[in-house]
Amino acid sequence: MAITKKVLEQQPGDIEMLLPWHAAGTLNARDARRVDEALASDFALARQYAVIREEYAETILLNESLGAPSRRAMQKLFAAIDAEPPGKSSARLSFSNGVAGFFARLSPRTLVWSATLGALVLLLQAGVIGTVLVKSQTATYHTASLSTDEPGTRALGPEAPPRALVRFASDTRVADITALLDSYQASIIDGAKDGLFLVQFGSKPMTKEEVSSLMSRLQNEKIVNLAMPTP
Amino acid sequence: MQVLYGRHHVRVFRFGLRLVRDEQLAEDLISEVFLDVWRQAGKFEGRSAVSTWLLAITRFKALSALRRRKDVELEDEAANAIEDGSDNPEVAAQKKDTSEALRRCLTALSPEHREIIDLVYYHEKSVEEVAEIVGIPENTVKTRLFYARKKLAELLKATGVERGWP
Repeated sequence: MAITKKVLEQQPGDIEMLLPWHAAGTLNARDARRVDEALASDFALARQYAVIREEYAETILLNESLGAPSRRAMQKLFAAIDAEPPGKSSARLSFSNGVAGFFARLSPRTLVWSATLGALVLLLQAGVIGTVLVKSQTATYHTASLSTDEPGTRALGPEAPPRALVRFASDTRVADITALLDSYQASIIDGAKDGLFLVQFGSKPMTKEEVSSLMSRLQNEKIVNLAMPTP
Repeated sequence: MQVLYGRHHVRVFRFGLRLVRDEQLAEDLISEVFLDVWRQAGKFEGRSAVSTWLLAITRFKALSALRRRKDVELEDEAANAIEDGSDNPEVAAQKKDTSEALRRCLTALSPEHREIIDLVYYHEKSVEEVAEIVGIPENTVKTRLFYARKKLAELLKATGVERGWP
């Protein structure tokens, strides 16, 4: 009985076990609040948290000191990919679907990016989508949703969906930009010249009134500094 | 694939390297991981972050590679990591430094403890994500990290560093 009691006393508490995730900033809001409240009233827990912060910092330093792989790894990978049978490359299309989620789920540390880095990521996003579209045009395989009888991209003519030049606020997080693009069913087409991105909205054309209303809505978004429709 | 590789290869490499402790092997691992991703991309349903998926594949491949190596070799490496014989005055002074000692002890932890500490602190994975990568229940994730930290404190104590916990 006494042994059981001792074992139970040595078991870490629920809040105590969450401290490392609190230090890393990966707890959900509810748990983070619980931990903050406990830290404010429990000196021993606060002392342990200080120790954890130290471990956290040193773990990052240790990992960052490990360097990066040589070009050999990349060359080996792409040589192997080139040697793959053509049919396997159909996997490329699936990636385009996950791009938004991929950027939306970047780590908390990564999310605190400067506007410049955010712009770079968005360019990469546009690059991925562009690459997928271009490659799918020349591919020899068929997918359920894409017929090779139809062009992979649609030429922009009178029936083209609306586009606008958009400038985001300088402290905007990548996740917020991705969420905004999702909510407007928009995608980055080009950027960033003088901090402006060319954004396309949806896949169908809109009337002048609809475009005007869209621009007003966009202009009212907290993270948007400027939104100008392009002719 | 180039974008995906460019975005993730360093972290995948570091995670693999911390597990296998061999740069050559870790480089081979990342080629294998991304080739698998290339082949299996259609299976990725977006339920978890891409990085979580990549780390899970890396872990699986690292453990397979480790199984191919002799356990004795690994144990020796772990012991060397903490009992470094080069105790010249300079190194001895470094050992007194808490940061240096911490990093040495982080390296000396078992692969099981190393990976969970790295996943939470460096790769910023949530409880749920670590559970997915390692393939254990969420409560086990929490207790495993707690005991990894306890082990780290023991190793530090053995090198003369007391931090007031546990």
